[in-house]
Amino acid sequence: MRIKCKKIVGGITSGKLLFSDQPINFLAMLNLKTGQITDTNHKLNNLTLKNNILVFPNAIGSSVGAYTIFSLKNNNTAPNGIICTNSVDITTASGCAISNIPLVCIEKNNYEILKNHYGERGTHSKEVILDAENENISFD
Amino acid sequence: MQLTRGEEKAISGEYGEANAMAYRILVAIGEATEAQNLIPIQWAHISGVNYNTIGDSGLNFLRKISEDGRVRVKSSLNPMGFDRRNLPDLPQDFIDKQFEITKYYEKIGVTPTFSCIPYEILPIPEASTQVSFAESNAAVLANSHLNLITNKESALSALASAIVGKAPYSDLRIEQYRDPTAEIVNESRIENELDYGLLGYFIGKTMKKSCTGLCNIPKKTDFWNIKSLSAGIGTSGSCGMFKIKESSKNNEKISFGDKEFNKTKDELNTSEDGQIITFGSPQLGLGEIGKISTLMEGKKFTKPCKIFCPRSVFNKSEELGIASMLQKSGVEFICDACTCLTPLINKENYDSIVTNSVKAAYYMKTSNKISVALKDVKTIVKDYSN
Repeated sequence: MRIKCKKIVGGITSGKLLFSDQPINFLAMLNLKTGQITDTNHKLNNLTLKNNILVFPNAIGSSVGAYTIFSLKNNNTAPNGIICTNSVDITTASGCAISNIPLVCIEKNNYEILKNHYGERGTHSKEVILDAENENISFD
Repeated sequence: MQLTRGEEKAISGEYGEANAMAYRILVAIGEATEAQNLIPIQWAHISGVNYNTIGDSGLNFLRKISEDGRVRVKSSLNPMGFDRRNLPDLPQDFIDKQFEITKYYEKIGVTPTFSCIPYEILPIPEASTQVSFAESNAAVLANSHLNLITNKESALSALASAIVGKAPYSDLRIEQYRDPTAEIVNESRIENELDYGLLGYFIGKTMKKSCTGLCNIPKKTDFWNIKSLSAGIGTSGSCGMFKIKESSKNNEKISFGDKEFNKTKDELNTSEDGQIITFGSPQLGLGEIGKISTLMEGKKFTKPCKIFCPRSVFNKSEELGIASMLQKSGVEFICDACTCLTPLINKENYDSIVTNSVKAAYYMKTSNKISVALKDVKTIVKDYSN
């Protein structure tokens, strides 16, 4: 199956989807060494972004979160790609731009397709291909 | 996004690596926010200074930028990790790397203000000037209270805009998006700076729009309240502006009543007491330092008390004799830094702090894993001085 997306930062990658219906404050919530979310109030608490494709609404809070994304990339703990489901915020866009992490956004109806296919939360066993260059996401 | 021929040349590297990187950042943001073009800005306020937050990868990035990057517009800088004139007991490696970061910023021409309240220490441009403010409290306050125009920028977008002198023309930079289509209706008794901070935190968390209306707010409210409100909004969300106004019939409405107030406070108030008192996240201005001094009336704090403020504010407090009065009351002033994410307050030294700052409470709890007793300034003085 293939759904459309909009390219923000180019590239092609693959990985398992990590869903969050909650936004993320990158500066406050991330363990840079492991890529894990470390906020007990967050539904992804203890799960890692590393090697996954993060599907989330948008970043919140600190403007320095852009550097957090870059640090994750340098520590090899960054997500392989990011899919925003709300509007792509400036922190995520700029962090991905300097880290060369493919970043796209998807429309609500395509998010519903992904969500219905995979469930709403957590990681899933099958990999998807995120092709930001050709603006599509493909999965079984 | 439409680029001019000059902008396209810059992105391909014709005007150097730093320029190319800056344009790459701005183009990604332009795509993300559906901007049609870039427009000039007059002032950039840059975050991403504290070595504790940007680490080695941030330092290496800035080293590279400083090779051929230079700012084109007035540029100010957020706090660093400690007071550069009063070095703390931190590992030498941290101190060296922190100074290396500040050196790169100065090399590209940024004024080393080390302040998260640039609006209190630098002249404010005329109304409707386009600026680019990272530092979430400053962006929200600039849009909502100073008649300046900015999006809620990131550390990197403000740096890129400083180098290029432009920003993508999108979202809050466009007049029509500065008119709220949704509003928060206050139904709670908000009186002091802590209450306003909690209201702000609630707004950030619940309001998904870039600009929110804010109704039923007391007409007379002092600047500390506005600052706390802005910092609360900036901490918990993506909203970049509030407009205090009469309720509009057509706007979507979200209520902030006693239930919401208490729930927000319960989330952030994680301790009954603390080992030290901290004021200043955002850093305190002269008015707030004066207020603490008036409340203290020469009494002494019963716990160590740290006030974080810009150096220029400390210097003025000293001139006026307020600083020495507070120092006699047991206050330690820390310039250039801020409560949030300073390495000076960490889990090894403290389990808990007392503060009136919702922003500090959030970062202390989430990042530093330190519990926080949230009290307003009058209660702090009443409970912890004699």
